[in-house]
Amino acid sequence: MYWLRELGQYLLLVKEIFKKPENQKIYLRQITFEMDKLGLESLGIVAIISVFMGAVLCIQMAFNITHPLIPAYTIGLSVRESVVLEFSPTIISLILAGKVGSRIASEIGTMRVTEQIDALEIMGINPATFLIFPKIAAMVLINPVLIVFSMFLAIGGGWAAGVATGLVSSNTYIYGIQSFFIPFNIFYALIKTVVFAFLIASISGYHGFMTRGGALEVGTASTRGVVYSSIMIIFFNLILTQLLLT
Amino acid sequence: MIEARNICKSFGGSMVLDDVSVTFERGKTNLIIGASGSGKTVLMKCLVGLFKIEQGKILYDERIFSAMPSSELKELRREIGMLFQGGALFDSMTVEQNVIFPLSMFTRLSLSDRRDRANFCLQRVNLENVNHMYPAVLSGGMKKRVAIARAISMNPKYLFCDEPNSGLDPQTANVIDRLISEITQEYQMTTVVNTHDMNSVLEIGDKVAFIYKAKLWWEGNKEEILESDNPELKEFVFATELTRRLKQ
Ligand SMILES: Nc1ncnc2c1ncn2[C@@H]1O[C@H](COP(=O)(O)OP(=O)(O)OP(=O)(O)O)[C@@H](O)[C@H]1O
Ligand SMILES: [Mg+2]
Repeated sequence: MYWLRELGQYLLLVKEIFKKPENQKIYLRQITFEMDKLGLESLGIVAIISVFMGAVLCIQMAFNITHPLIPAYTIGLSVRESVVLEFSPTIISLILAGKVGSRIASEIGTMRVTEQIDALEIMGINPATFLIFPKIAAMVLINPVLIVFSMFLAIGGGWAAGVATGLVSSNTYIYGIQSFFIPFNIFYALIKTVVFAFLIASISGYHGFMTRGGALEVGTASTRGVVYSSIMIIFFNLILTQLLLT
Repeated sequence: MIEARNICKSFGGSMVLDDVSVTFERGKTNLIIGASGSGKTVLMKCLVGLFKIEQGKILYDERIFSAMPSSELKELRREIGMLFQGGALFDSMTVEQNVIFPLSMFTRLSLSDRRDRANFCLQRVNLENVNHMYPAVLSGGMKKRVAIARAISMNPKYLFCDEPNSGLDPQTANVIDRLISEITQEYQMTTVVNTHDMNSVLEIGDKVAFIYKAKLWWEGNKEEILESDNPELKEFVFATELTRRLKQ
């Protein structure tokens, strides 16, 4: 029943994180600081991955849709659907779980083993709230922006690849990405993004916070943060899809 | 005044503190001495509540600390300043930000007042021109001194220092010892200091508690310590040539 105990401890920590902050002004400053560190600094990697994945998606679609009865604009349509429904919210969140999750877990883990967390506690500050809440808030606010940004770039990358290789004409592709648009899908993608952002920040924060020992354990905590966030993203992806799309 | 009554603490079956009762007085520098690994840090962490005691009671001026609800505990902690053995400076903040941090969190002072207070504290530990450096680039002794400045920035009623002068040269060590002793008298704080440095003991030991084999082995002050005929204490005190000569 090892995992049940972990789950219990995690839930207790989450309860602790949402306690009333000691000084709202400082927390607001922390949140903007974390938005910069955890969000804006990920723009580069999100951009690169999105453009290339969009391009690959488009080329694969074009090769698979060869039947004369299927219109060519289906390429644009299916690139858009894959990007909006799954690629941007889920795959980019998984990438961020690796990049941001390891950062959060190792930062908090190092603070634990160098007694900085004890120092906060002695000052009468709730360390769980002070350290983890701004990270959760920042990610929940900034990740939807990253994901929408990623959607545009991936669809654009598909267009560039399709036109450059001559597999689909610009007009057909653009016609495709505009047809049969379901606004609810965007909403579904954003809900997923927000849930995933919460999972990444809280789970890796938990593993950092529970670190005991030294440098070695900080490394372990960082790995566990990434692994568990990723698994939970995959798991909640299934649950949310089942709940929202059926 | 801080009182520990019959406290016990063990780790994985081995007793680190066994039925320790000791009183730390207000306006005095109370020292805890003992060999490396004897449990000084553990005792201090029990006193401030970072370790849960298994038995006994801890009282801060008649307030029962060991059974306080967390909201009251948080209030009380604002009256506590603590220097950790390893410094525990926030390494994402500069020296000045470290010292200002508790002030920003809990006071309504303006930024310039907070800066003034931080500079005052830094000057008291002989640190100048390091305000904008990060802890990572400071020497071990400098980190300690910044940590002391941070611990006293809020003018605490209770001050805990875990080996404030280990890693410092004898002169700076002395400055730090005197500083701790001075502010203790000046602000009538209850100060608890861990040390295994006999110089500090003879310099500032208003009250000395010797921990040995998980027990409170001996209690007294700096005058009595040289006269004691407790064999384990004598072994500890007269371990160096310097103290042996002093005795003669
Ligand atoms: N978190 C912990 N878990 C298990 N054992 C611990 C823990 N903290 C301390 N101990 C053990 O308690 C004993 C006392 O350690 P402590 O750190 O209090 O020594 P100390 O007197 O402060 O020594 P030093 O002068 O070297 O700092 C040691 O044997 C140590 O291994
Ligand atoms: Mg120690």
